[in-house]
Amino acid sequence: MSLRANELTPPVSLPGASAAPAVQLTEVSKAYRTGGSDLLALDRVSLTVRDGEFVCIIGASGCGKSTLLNLVAGLDKPTAGQVDTGSRRVGLMFQEPALFPWLTAGRNVELALRARGVPKATRRVQVDELIAAVRLTGFADKRPHELSGGMRQRVALARALAQDADVLLMDEPFGALDAMTRDLLHDEIERISADRTLTVLFVTHNVREAARLGDRVVVLSSRPGRVIEEYAVPRLGPRRIDSPEVAKLAATLTDRLREEMGRHGN
Amino acid sequence: MATDQALYGLDKLDLGPAQDRGRSRLARRAWAATWPKLLALVLVFAIWEIVHLTGWKPYVFKGPGEVLPELWHLLANGQIPAAVGVTMERAVIGYLVALLVGSVIGLFVARIPPLRAAIGSIITGLQTMPSIAWYPLAIILFTQGEAAIVFVMIMGAAPSIANGIITGVDYTPPLLLRAGRTMGLRGVNLYRYLVIPASLPAFVAGLKQGWAFAWRSLMAGELVVSIVGPPGLGVLLNSDQSQSDFAGVTAVIIVILIIGVVVDMLFSKADTTLRRRRGLLDPSATS
Repeated sequence: MSLRANELTPPVSLPGASAAPAVQLTEVSKAYRTGGSDLLALDRVSLTVRDGEFVCIIGASGCGKSTLLNLVAGLDKPTAGQVDTGSRRVGLMFQEPALFPWLTAGRNVELALRARGVPKATRRVQVDELIAAVRLTGFADKRPHELSGGMRQRVALARALAQDADVLLMDEPFGALDAMTRDLLHDEIERISADRTLTVLFVTHNVREAARLGDRVVVLSSRPGRVIEEYAVPRLGPRRIDSPEVAKLAATLTDRLREEMGRHGN
Repeated sequence: MATDQALYGLDKLDLGPAQDRGRSRLARRAWAATWPKLLALVLVFAIWEIVHLTGWKPYVFKGPGEVLPELWHLLANGQIPAAVGVTMERAVIGYLVALLVGSVIGLFVARIPPLRAAIGSIITGLQTMPSIAWYPLAIILFTQGEAAIVFVMIMGAAPSIANGIITGVDYTPPLLLRAGRTMGLRGVNLYRYLVIPASLPAFVAGLKQGWAFAWRSLMAGELVVSIVGPPGLGVLLNSDQSQSDFAGVTAVIIVILIIGVVVDMLFSKADTTLRRRRGLLDPSATS
């Protein structure tokens, strides 16, 4: 079911997808200065993500997952190499919803629209549409603390979508949620990213989640972060977290990660 | 679709049953907040009356039985209302100027690191300065008059207000800043939509403390500085003292206390409303 990417023929381009990749990382390295010595967080990472592709990035602690997303989001600059997202807009979602607690759910979404200069008249319509897209119609007037963790994370998703992102970067977005909520949100993010042909870069430390969601799963090594393996996951039909194919790939991923962790134990 | 149904169901389960926000509940909460205060008041008057009945300092010390009618008398003949008007006008002017000065200094110090290194600790140090100690300097600078009082009110209240802003800006959660920057908030917009609203609870706490300092400075000022014009509460206290009028002094003190408590309640109300909106308040806590 799962195949190593390098055993595959070049991927068939999706209909309507442009020729240039959505995200192109070329030999990207990132070092941080800590107390006189350099800590290499990412080491010559190259990664190509096609438009509309759902790529999961998995790795143990210290693999530079969050650094990678910060670089793609443009919040940080690489020490070496290039990050290219073309003229695409990039949205970012965190493990915590990071909603503004003094604004209602709807206003949180609206602020993202306002920040990129959407005129007031169209903002209201768009907020309603985005709130509906994450299935929160009727909750727009609630403040974040009045919502459950899963609902807050959906508001955060709506806010990220409000940035009119072509590329959605997700940093363990469902890591703090219970398994049942997470399972439902997997269906949701799958539907929303397909509806909007979003390109998604999804960082997680949950192998099942990676196997459940990704068109491709990229495994990073730790300290420094390097791409050590890529698995293409053909989309043969609707997937479930508990389907045998997902379980099988998850087992493969676990083995590969343990191998990598063991390398540090020696 | 099955997912929708499950999601809607889960949302309902997560949120739990709707909360009872009925009128009776509100009344009950108001009563729960009020009766301890009333009880405390009754106790104070009881102890006062007992001390009076023991005959301690018989020619000077008066009981509530004489002070309360005197308070009523001063209220009815317009002396206290007029004095409250004069004092509150000074309070509002002095506090507003302190608010302006404190806010501007606070924003600059929060924004500019060298400025913070230079005067950040001085601001905190100023808060420990007893306001009465400023008056000799104020009178030399501004001579006897309202300007001297306003000056001391600023020296008392502005540091607290500035510190409130600095704390608020410092404690803006880094994650929210990251979210704001991702959204494209920069410069003035970052302050307008993120940093200032995020700092609001700390700012209100600073405003409340600033008010306490301003009010103390004002009372001290009205006792120490001689001003031409209609008497404020402090001047009333002074003249009653020179006439050894225990009932008059106590009546004015009660008025000063009531004003202090009422204004403090207004600030507390603003504070709890802010925090409740942001989910920072334990919902079971009564206030």
